Amino acid sequence: MNNFIELISFNFFQNALWAALLTSLMAGIVGTYIVARRNVFISGGITHASFGGMGIAYFLGLSPILGATVFAIGSALGIEWTSKKAGLREDSAIAIIWSLGMAIGIIFVFLTPGYTPNLMSFLFGDILTVKMIDLFLLAILSCIIILLTVIFYHPILFTAFDSDYAQTVGYKSTLIRYIISIIIALSIVLAIKIMGIILVLSLFTIPPSTANLFSKNFKSIIYISVVISLTGSISGLILAYIFDLPSGATIIFTLTGMYALLRILKYVFEKR
Amino acid sequence: MSNLLQLKNISAGYEGKTVLREVNLNVNPNDFVGIIGPNGGGKTTLLKVLLELIEPYQGSVVKKDGLRIGYLPQINTIDKKFPISVKEVILSGRHANNWKLGSNKKNAQKIDELLQFVGMNQYKDTAIGDLSGGQMQRIFLCRALISNPHLLILDEPNTYVDKTFEENLYNLLSELNKDMAILLVSHDVGTISSMVKTIACVNGGLHYHESNKITNEVLKSYNCPIEIISHGTVPHRVLKTHKHE
Repeated sequence: MNNFIELISFNFFQNALWAALLTSLMAGIVGTYIVARRNVFISGGITHASFGGMGIAYFLGLSPILGATVFAIGSALGIEWTSKKAGLREDSAIAIIWSLGMAIGIIFVFLTPGYTPNLMSFLFGDILTVKMIDLFLLAILSCIIILLTVIFYHPILFTAFDSDYAQTVGYKSTLIRYIISIIIALSIVLAIKIMGIILVLSLFTIPPSTANLFSKNFKSIIYISVVISLTGSISGLILAYIFDLPSGATIIFTLTGMYALLRILKYVFEKR
Repeated sequence: MSNLLQLKNISAGYEGKTVLREVNLNVNPNDFVGIIGPNGGGKTTLLKVLLELIEPYQGSVVKKDGLRIGYLPQINTIDKKFPISVKEVILSGRHANNWKLGSNKKNAQKIDELLQFVGMNQYKDTAIGDLSGGQMQRIFLCRALISNPHLLILDEPNTYVDKTFEENLYNLLSELNKDMAILLVSHDVGTISSMVKTIACVNGGLHYHESNKITNEVLKSYNCPIEIISHGTVPHRVLKTHKHE
């Protein structure tokens, strides 16, 4: 217990808790959209493509986050655009962007002279090394996302459900979808700091999938996702500290564990 | 009587492939046009042009000022697992200008009326994925009607509707036709001819037939490769489909 109080008093742990809260808010809302629209694969493409931007940024001595942002937004808009215009099948387009981004990243990291110590943290993330500037960016993006969702809830919901119909009654479907693509890209880039490229998708998909066990209402799924995500990340964080495990991987285990447990409970209670 | 909507010399298609060629069509108030044609003949393309979801390669769509169109899509284009309630689906049919300004109370009342109209009051808060195909179709009809459209477009409405509701649907449609023009797309020639006032066959081009009497001769002269299944000699009016499945 003393151990725990000591832990909470650490600055890095407080930052980690704040990061968990903010990413849970962000990933709960954005993830609900991603899961509802079945955009999980697209998001995977965006995530991995952003590695290309990181590699180039490393090579040029720029901020990796900046490089990742440019690539993430570029690929998000690219996927949205190709699927509509170029006559290329969407899943193929995603796979191409996915692997091309990774390839660019690997080449530029290889070309960068010297050792790149932070690279591992970008692949697997580390919530315990979150800095003030990361929290600040997370806070701003979370506020923007919450505000947009509250004000434009219906246009977002209607366009996500049936883009064509929304357009026929006068919603700017294409514009709304492009803006949401950019928001998804930004959220992924900021969450990469916490979970890393390889693990980040789980933060956007496991909580909404768990919430979907109990609700088929978009708004409720958002609320439940945020709660599940927060519970999972904080308990994962503590478990990681206790057993001295990597935080990102442990958080995924707790989130998946919660999903499995709740699914079994649901099954048992519905049987009765 | 002014036109609600006019297609002038439209050619359209996808990815450079022309599906519709030089199509002209006028829709007037209280029209009830049945659109028939083979699969791949361009029925859905025609609807997308009408709804301005795709840009035609050539020609123009002229709409009456402030024309409101309600549209019932083919149900298989809808994601049935999407987390949205019946109430929200119907509300999504309101014109975008009304999404914040329209009073919630008025919307709620209108939704209740529409659900009453299709006999599904108790499903207001049900998730769309928990409905049967036929029920879903009725909800999409409500969505099309909430904007009080001048023109109602239905894409294959009899595909999923359960037979018990089918008769009902057609009664609803003839009721609605007093207030609005209806375009009904169907591959089921039998059903269509018993209800509609005029017929258009879409097969690359569009051939307009000024009555609902379709005979094999008529179809042949329009080059419309649809078969009419009929009893006895070539009928003047196609028989309705049988009640049982």
